[in-house]
Amino acid sequence: MSALARIGRFLGDNPVIPLLILLALLVGVLEFMRPGILNERWIGNTVKFAIPLAMLAACQTFTMYTGGIDLSAGVVATVSAFVMATLVPVVGTGPAILLALIPALLIGLVNGIGVAFANVHPLIMSLGTGLIGTGCLQVYQRFVIATGSEVPPFLTWLGTGVTWGFPNSLLIFVPFAALLIYAQSRTGFGRALYAIGSNKEAARLSGVRAWQVYLLLYTLSGLVAGIAGLLYVGLIRAPSLSLVNPLLLPSVAAAVIGGTSIFGGRGSYAGTIVGALILRVLDTLLTLMRMPEGMRVLLFGLIILVVTAIYVRLTDR
Amino acid sequence: MIRVLRNQAWVLGLVGLLFALALVTKAIQPTYSASGFESLARAALPFAFATAGMAVAILVGGIDLSVASMMAVASVTAAVLMEGAGVGTSIGVVFLVLGIGLAMGAINGALIVVTKVPDIVVTLAMLYVWEGVALLILNAPGGQVAPWLQQLIRGSVLPWVPNALILAVVGVAIVWVPIRRSKLGLAIYAVGSDPLAAYRSGVNIAGTRIAAYAICGLFSAMGGLTLAMSTGIGEPIPGPYLLAAVAAAVLGGVVLGGGIGGLVGPLLAVLILRLVRQDLTLASVDPNVTTIVEGTIMVGVVMLGGILALRSRRS
Amino acid sequence: MTPQPVLDASGVAKRFGAVTALSDAALTVHAGEVVALMGANGAGKSTFVKILTGALKRDAGTVRIDGTDSTISSPAAARRAGIVPVYQEPALIPDLTVRDNLRLGDTPVDPFLHWTRELGIESLDLSETAGRLPLATLRILDLARALAAEPKVLMLDEMTAALPTNLVERVLKTVRYQADNGIAVIYISHRFTEIAQLCDRASVLRDGHTVGDVPIEPGVEDRIVEMMLGTALTSSEPAPRGAEARPAGKPRLRARGLAAGTALEDVSFDLHPGEVLGVVALEGQGQDELFDILAGFRPADRGTLEVDGAPRRFRHPADAIAAGLTYVPGDRAHALLAGRSVRENIALPLTARMGRWGPIGMRAEAEKVAAAIERLQIDTRAQGEVQRLSGGNQQKVTIGRWLAKGVETLLLFDPTRGIDVRTKGQIYPLVRELADQGAAVLFYTSELEEVRRACDRAVVIFKGRVVEVIEAAEATDERLMRAAYGLQTSEGAA
Repeated sequence: MSALARIGRFLGDNPVIPLLILLALLVGVLEFMRPGILNERWIGNTVKFAIPLAMLAACQTFTMYTGGIDLSAGVVATVSAFVMATLVPVVGTGPAILLALIPALLIGLVNGIGVAFANVHPLIMSLGTGLIGTGCLQVYQRFVIATGSEVPPFLTWLGTGVTWGFPNSLLIFVPFAALLIYAQSRTGFGRALYAIGSNKEAARLSGVRAWQVYLLLYTLSGLVAGIAGLLYVGLIRAPSLSLVNPLLLPSVAAAVIGGTSIFGGRGSYAGTIVGALILRVLDTLLTLMRMPEGMRVLLFGLIILVVTAIYVRLTDR
Repeated sequence: MIRVLRNQAWVLGLVGLLFALALVTKAIQPTYSASGFESLARAALPFAFATAGMAVAILVGGIDLSVASMMAVASVTAAVLMEGAGVGTSIGVVFLVLGIGLAMGAINGALIVVTKVPDIVVTLAMLYVWEGVALLILNAPGGQVAPWLQQLIRGSVLPWVPNALILAVVGVAIVWVPIRRSKLGLAIYAVGSDPLAAYRSGVNIAGTRIAAYAICGLFSAMGGLTLAMSTGIGEPIPGPYLLAAVAAAVLGGVVLGGGIGGLVGPLLAVLILRLVRQDLTLASVDPNVTTIVEGTIMVGVVMLGGILALRSRRS
Repeated sequence: MTPQPVLDASGVAKRFGAVTALSDAALTVHAGEVVALMGANGAGKSTFVKILTGALKRDAGTVRIDGTDSTISSPAAARRAGIVPVYQEPALIPDLTVRDNLRLGDTPVDPFLHWTRELGIESLDLSETAGRLPLATLRILDLARALAAEPKVLMLDEMTAALPTNLVERVLKTVRYQADNGIAVIYISHRFTEIAQLCDRASVLRDGHTVGDVPIEPGVEDRIVEMMLGTALTSSEPAPRGAEARPAGKPRLRARGLAAGTALEDVSFDLHPGEVLGVVALEGQGQDELFDILAGFRPADRGTLEVDGAPRRFRHPADAIAAGLTYVPGDRAHALLAGRSVRENIALPLTARMGRWGPIGMRAEAEKVAAAIERLQIDTRAQGEVQRLSGGNQQKVTIGRWLAKGVETLLLFDPTRGIDVRTKGQIYPLVRELADQGAAVLFYTSELEEVRRACDRAVVIFKGRVVEVIEAAEATDERLMRAAYGLQTSEGAA
C-alpha cells in the first residue's frame, strides 16, 4: 500500500515517465499487430500530425494552469489558416502570414479582456468568441470567394517536408516546446500562471495582478493557436472553414492525458506533448484494427477516460 | 417581494428581452404570423431539451459535454426501432429511449463519481463514447420515426401556442418540477453550491451527482427524440447542440460552478436566441451574420453580468 | 461502577499513504460531561474528529456508542448515532435559504428557532439566503441546528474562533447548560480560558496517540502544554520594552481617520520602524477592514495613509507591497498555493510584478528561499507541496515569503490562530527580531496575552474607533478586555 503510494507520489512529481511508458506500450502493440510499421516514414508522419495538435494543446495546457481553458483555439487556428491562404494571392506569403495572425491575437485579446475585466469564466468566454470567430470567418469567406486561396510552398515545406528523416515542422516545434517548458517553471510569468490556478487569492496577496496575467496569457494563447493553424494548413494543404475545429477536443484531451489539472495549479507542457503523441498513435492503432468507425470513436473516448482515471488514482493525495 | 425580485431579476430581465424582441419582430415583419412562431418553436425544441439537461449538470456543479452525443444515440435508437413499427410499439420505443437516456446520464455520473476525474474530462471522453455508440447503431442517417410522432410536434392547439412549445414546457416541467420540490432538488443545489457543507449536512453527494447527470441524460434523450421527430430520421453525428446548450444555460442565468439558477431562464434564453436568429433572417441579413450576433449577445451578456457582479460586490 | 460512557473510542489509527496521522487515539465521554480534546497542530486532532464524525474511515480501533460497536461510515451515520458536529467552517449551503438548509438536514424548525433565540440571535428570516448572513450568525445557526437535532454527543471544533466575545459567552453558557442536562460534549479549542470555563476534563493527543486525560482545575494549563509538547515548557518570552525604548523619529506608517464600510469609523495611529504595535479588538470592530486597507485589498472610504511621509492609496495588494507593506492573513488557506512547492510559495512575491515576469535567477532565488526556510526553521521534509506540511509550518511559509522579499512593514493578522504552542513560541521572537532589524510590525491578535508576549504597545479598537493605546507592560487582560468592550479603564483612560 505504501509502496503504491510512493509510486503514486513519484509519478505525480514526474508525470511524464508513465506517459512515456504508455506511449512505448502503444507503439509496441502497433508493431506487434503490424510488424514493420515502425519505420522512419511512419514515425515522421505521426510526429508531423502530432505537432499541430501539441501546439493547440499548448493553449489548453497554459490556460489550464490558471484554471482556465481556451475553447476558441480551434476556431482561431482555422481563421488564421483560412485568412492566410486567401490573402496569399493578394499580398504575398510574408504579409499574408503576418496579417493572418492579427485576428488570432485579437480573439485572444478579447478572451483575455472578458476573463480579466468582466470575470467571465474562460470556458464561456472562449466559447462565445469562438462562435463570433466562426461567424466572422463565414462572412469573410463571401468577400474573398473570388480571390481563391493558396497555401504557400514555405508552409507546405514546413508542414509536410522531411529533412534527413526529421519532419521540418520540428524546426518550429522544438524551439517552441523548449521555450514553453522553460517559461512554465523558470520565468515569473510561468510562476504567476501556476499561482493563480493554485490559489487566486494568495496570488493577489503576493502582488500578482491577475488581469495582467490573463490578458497576456489569452493573447498569447490566441497567437499560438494561430501559428498552429498555419502549420496545420501547411500539412493538410487545403484550407476550409472548419479546418482545425476537429482538433479542439483532442487538444483538451492531450493536455488532460498529459497530466495537466483542469482545475489549475498543476501540470507540465512536456506531459502534453507526450499526450498528443499518444493520441496520434492511438488513432493509428484504432484505424489499423479495421473496426467500424463507431467502435473506433468509442474506444478513443474510453481510452482517454481510462488513462486520466488511472492517472488521477495514482496521484490521488 | 423585493427578495423575489432580486432572486428572479435575471429571469425577469429575460422576459423583458423576449418582449422587446417580439416587438422588434412585429416591426420588421408586420405580417409575422403564428405559423412563423410554430416553426420557430419546432426548431427550438431539441435545443430546449439539450439546454435543460446542460443546466441540470451545471447546477450540480459539473458540466456535460456529451449532451449532443447522447441526443444522437437517442435519435438513432428511436429511428431504427420505430422503422415500420406500429403505434403501440413506437410508444414503447419512446419510453425505452427515455430509459436509455436516463441510463447514459447515470453512467456519466457514476464514472465521474467513481473515477474522481473532473466532470468536464469524463464527459469529454463520453462525448466520443456515445458518438461511437450512435455510429454503431446506425452508421449513416437513416431509419424512420413513427409518423404520428412526427405529426405530434407540428401545428398548434391554439394560435400562437404551438404544440412544440407545449411539448417543451410540459416535458421539462414533468421531470423537473417534482424533483425541484423534493429533497433531491435541494440536494442538487446544495452539492453545486458547496459539496463539503452538503456532505456534512448528510447529503449523499455521489448519489445526487449521479441523479443529476441521469436527469441530464433524460433531457438529452428527449432532445434526441424531438430532433428525430422533426427530421423524421435518425442522425448518428451529433448536431451543434453542445455549445449552444452551454450558451443558453449561461445566458439563462445558470452560473458555471453550480448552485445558482433554474430551468426557466435557460428555456427563455433558448427562445430568445432562436428569435434573434429568425429576426435576422426576416431582416434578410446574411445568415452568417447570425452566428456573429448570437456569439456577441452571449459574450456581451455574460460580460455585462460579470461586470455588474463585480460592481455590486464593491459597493 | 461508573456509568457506561456515551462515546468510547480506543486504539483509533489512521494512515494517509506513508504518513501516520493517528496511531493510538482514545477518548471517553460520559453523558453530562464536557471534554476538551487538545493537541498541538499535527497531533492528529482534526483526523480524530473526522473519524468520530464519520467524515473519514478509520484503519483500526473501536468506537463504541452506548456500549455497542459502531462503524460510523458517513456523517449521516454519525448523526443517526447521535453524534452531531459543528465544524470550524460554516456548514450551511450558501446558495440555499436557511429554511431549505433545515429541510436538507432534516432539522425541525421550531427547536431550531428556539435555540437561535437562546443563543442570542433575536430576529432571523428563514427565507434569507444563507450566503448573505454574517459569519458569526452562520456559526450560531450551525450550533442551533446541531442542538435542534438533540444530539447525544455534541462535537464543537474551534467553533468560537470567528465569534465576538459576547456570543462566545452565550455559546459557552448554553453548551454548559446542555451538558448539565445530560448531553456529552467534545470541545476542541486552543483557548485555555474557554476550556477552563467550560470543560470538566481534557484529553491530550500528541503525535497521533492519546497521552493523557486530566481534570480541569486551576493551574492545569502548564500541565496540558507539557503533555502536548512532551517536554516541560521553557519560557522564551521576550521582556516587553518600555515606552522609553520605542524608536523616535518619523513613523513608517501614519494612519489618520481611516474609515471603510460600516465597521471601520475612524482609526488613527503611528507605526514606527523597530516597533511592534498590537491591535486588539473584539470580532467585527473594523480590524478586518483596517488590514484590508493597509494590505491593498480595498481602498479607504475616508482618511489618509502615509508611508514614510508620502500619502498613499492602494488599489491592489501589489501597490501595498511596492510601498513595503506586506500582509500575513489569519487564514492560511487565503495565502498558500496548496499544491505548489515551498520554494514557489516563498518566491512568489519576488516575481509577482509584471516587470519581473522574465527569466528567474534560479540560484539567487534558491539562496533567498533557503535563508527564509533556515530562519523560520520550516520543516521541509514534504516541500514538494505545501499542503503536505503541518499547519504551523504552513503559517511559517506565509511569513517566510516576506522574509525572502525583505520586510519593511509587516501586517500580521492573528498569525498564531490555530497554531500549536511550539510554533507560536518561534513566531514571537522572530517578530521581535524583525522589529529590532528595523521592520515596523502591526500585529492584530485575538489572544490578549500576545500583547504582552510580542508587542510594544497596543491600540484597542472598539466600534471602528481607537479607544485606547496601552503599553505592553501595562496591558493586563482585564485592562485590554475592558477597553475592547468600550468600558472606561479603572485607572482612567489617557
